[in-house]
Amino acid sequence: MSTAEATTFEQLEDRFRAALPVDVDYASIRFSEERGEYLRVRQGVLEPVTTSLDVGVMVTIWTGGGYGYAATSDLTSAGLAAAVERARDWARVTAGRAVIDEPPLEHPVGSYASPVDRAWTDTSLEDRIGLLVAADARLRGPRGLDDSRIVDRTASLSRLDTDAVILTSGGGRVEQRIRNTYPGLSVTANEGSNTQMRTHGRGSFVGQGGQEVLDRYGFDRAADRLVEQVLELLAAGNCPTGTMDLVLAPDQMILQIHESIGHPLELDRILGDERNYAGTSFVTPDMFGSYRYGSELLNVTFDPSVEGQLASYGFDDEGTPATKQYLIRDGILERPLGGAMSQARAGLPGVANSRACSWNRPPIDRMANLNVEPGTDTVDELIAGVERGVWLETNNSWSIDDSRNKFQFGCEYGRLITDGELGAVVRNPGYRGISATFWRSLTGVADADSFTVMGTPNCGKGEPNQQVGTGHASPACRFAGVEVFGGAE
Amino acid sequence: MTAQTYFDELIIWAGSQLQGDEVLTASLTGEDSDFVRFNDGAVRQAGSVRQREITIDLIAGDTHCAAGVQLAQDADLDRARIGALIVELRDRLALVPPDPYLSYATDTASTERVTRGVLPEAKDAIGEIQAAGTDRDLVGIYASGDTFTGFANSLGQRNWHQSATFNFDWSFYLRADRAVKNLYAGRDWDDDAFAAKVAWSQTQLDALSHQAVDLKPGTYRTYLAPAALTELVDMMSWGGFGLKAHRTKQTPLLKMVTEGATLDTSVRIVEDTAGGVAPNFQQQGFLRPDEVVLIDSGRYHDHLVSPRSAREYGVATNGASPWESPESVAMAAGTLPTTEVLSRLDTGLYVGNLWYLNFSDRAACRTTGMTRFATFWVEGGEIVAPANVLRFDDTAYHLLGDNLVGLTDEVETMLDPATYGGRSSASHRLPGALVDDMAFTL
Repeated sequence: MSTAEATTFEQLEDRFRAALPVDVDYASIRFSEERGEYLRVRQGVLEPVTTSLDVGVMVTIWTGGGYGYAATSDLTSAGLAAAVERARDWARVTAGRAVIDEPPLEHPVGSYASPVDRAWTDTSLEDRIGLLVAADARLRGPRGLDDSRIVDRTASLSRLDTDAVILTSGGGRVEQRIRNTYPGLSVTANEGSNTQMRTHGRGSFVGQGGQEVLDRYGFDRAADRLVEQVLELLAAGNCPTGTMDLVLAPDQMILQIHESIGHPLELDRILGDERNYAGTSFVTPDMFGSYRYGSELLNVTFDPSVEGQLASYGFDDEGTPATKQYLIRDGILERPLGGAMSQARAGLPGVANSRACSWNRPPIDRMANLNVEPGTDTVDELIAGVERGVWLETNNSWSIDDSRNKFQFGCEYGRLITDGELGAVVRNPGYRGISATFWRSLTGVADADSFTVMGTPNCGKGEPNQQVGTGHASPACRFAGVEVFGGAE
Repeated sequence: MTAQTYFDELIIWAGSQLQGDEVLTASLTGEDSDFVRFNDGAVRQAGSVRQREITIDLIAGDTHCAAGVQLAQDADLDRARIGALIVELRDRLALVPPDPYLSYATDTASTERVTRGVLPEAKDAIGEIQAAGTDRDLVGIYASGDTFTGFANSLGQRNWHQSATFNFDWSFYLRADRAVKNLYAGRDWDDDAFAAKVAWSQTQLDALSHQAVDLKPGTYRTYLAPAALTELVDMMSWGGFGLKAHRTKQTPLLKMVTEGATLDTSVRIVEDTAGGVAPNFQQQGFLRPDEVVLIDSGRYHDHLVSPRSAREYGVATNGASPWESPESVAMAAGTLPTTEVLSRLDTGLYVGNLWYLNFSDRAACRTTGMTRFATFWVEGGEIVAPANVLRFDDTAYHLLGDNLVGLTDEVETMLDPATYGGRSSASHRLPGALVDDMAFTL
């Protein structure tokens, strides 16, 4: 672990330990240091190379039936002491006024580190820029040759290295080193009032690791396919309107999972914390253990152990050890996405998902890795079972009500399916439904061959607001009798 | 030492580390904020956040590189960080090509706007809020304290924007998704003003207690309250007014420029920096004009132009941020008497808030989203019952064009309660809108 100053991390940790008060029920210091690099080439021009360094701590104190936090970037002994006093003041002010009066937290010991096969530090900045210049050039048009219909194109690569330590007043110490890589490609084509965009998974082909993350999603081969498809879309007709079957590619499934399984199962929403902002949930506590969420083909896990997935970790940001848990098994709802605080309030089992976006925000219930487990069909078999329907790839529009029930999603790319065969490309495809019934119309789950591990880098929630990355993995899936539509004529 | 003085002295020191013809620009955002989150009238989380993030751009001729760093707010540590950063950036400059679109302010136009307030002590605010929540299901967040935005460069320009504000963003819940949302924001807490807001919410809450109606998909005459209309205008602002979005044909208002599509002649939307609370300077040090007219008499008027787009497309910048979205949106009032909204609606939907909007066809500015919070079915100019949530899917050209009956004669000012990264300085001033045949799909 590094710091920006001459102080070694060991000295810094000693300073944190000295600052932790012992005359309280529970105290913790959560330190995080994030180093980022952001590279983007647009239309052949390298945009300003930017790096970031974000370092700070959050002090949390529970005492006398109250609790509070103080976040500061001042890591001097005086700065830490001041933060401890502010957190202590909040604990005094909230005593007897809070939703819970005893800390449901342990004093864990452990560590986690992202697996990295080929570190980015083994490449030069020039190499990384060169990679993007080459990818951007391939987006100029078919075979990399200029096409006047291509009106914008970008290739990007971001990296974020996070080193974090949680120290608790009872001797707990958790150290985690996360290495995330975020590649991106996009190409936009236009004719008249028709503009179409195709992207490399719309930012979902991301994960933990180094250079191998690019290989995982075929970054070097993607540009040519995206150009071909965006020009196909430009010439395509609008997606038809009607009730039909739907086969969703993995890079649309992740959005469907995120919005209509992930958010409704967040226990803090069920407890009402998010009602003023992100919303509530159609799921109620009495549903766990018996409610049929989907067809018997639906199996959903919270799995922080998937190697290379965006939200893999050993412990959540309150220090709870993270393990794989089934949330939905054979279509039946088993447990919510709730961390230690929410579990204590609700009296329900949960998972280790109390997460903060950085040192300056308190942990709340979040999705982490939330995955649909593979089934037994091949993708060809899923399509062969459709008489009239559409195949949809890559989300570009998402909207759902505050109970996470009535949704409408749009995709970048669609193809008609007729009598079990993929047919013409269609533009502006969308579909709508109701979460509580949609998953029961699941009629096919593809096998491990199409199972793709992805993530969503910017999930917003919480007051104060927080954005975190969540991981999702899924095979292609088929749904029966869905309301499908196209763009405005 | 004040945050402003600290920033000023740090940049003077940073300037002393430059070599040759190097130029340094620095932008800063920061806050000393208290946050208290409530659920069911009890405190869910309470705490303080102190942060100062500075972004430095080191420029040598036509090349430049940038770096953001969190300040420790300790002079020795921060000088060490900035000094190391300048060395890193200098090394990196040798590895990057010239940037043809590099642009930074050279006019050294310094500005200062410091707005102080009388903010309540946190424990007093909690007491007031919990008192308002007695026998009610109150959920929301209270945020208060100083926010800072600064710009400085080694040429001597200094810009500083600081304000002390509070923002209480809350809802009263009746049951399930039946709720009323409200916002009390300002610089000086006023018990009477807060009590009036609470009383208004209670009135709406009472109306929500009736049996809800479940409306079928179809078209309805609809009144969109200012908070609801804000959501629609924000969708238009998502790439709608930026020069780059126009030149790359990605604007949702594409039909206004390619096909001459128009909105109703009563629609006028401006980026009203003079009337808003956002800084009047941007990240590269360019000042913003008091006003940029975006839509006038229903026709597309002007773009928001960042310094980078200005260089790329050969036009003048008007001080827009890099993402070229308005931050101080103002929409002109119309002639529909606000006091007659229900009677003019006659029979239809009164929508207090819209929620989770997105494009269902971006190029057509066709937008979908949900009704939320206080939404009522109205008959004969009287509220009859709350309406269960509905999904709309319609174009701006219908809602603010062919089907717009009128805009109210009063506008409402709404300070943005968003706190992603830090507390927002964006704002909206909008009227309400009465619309015929708004399309609802689910």
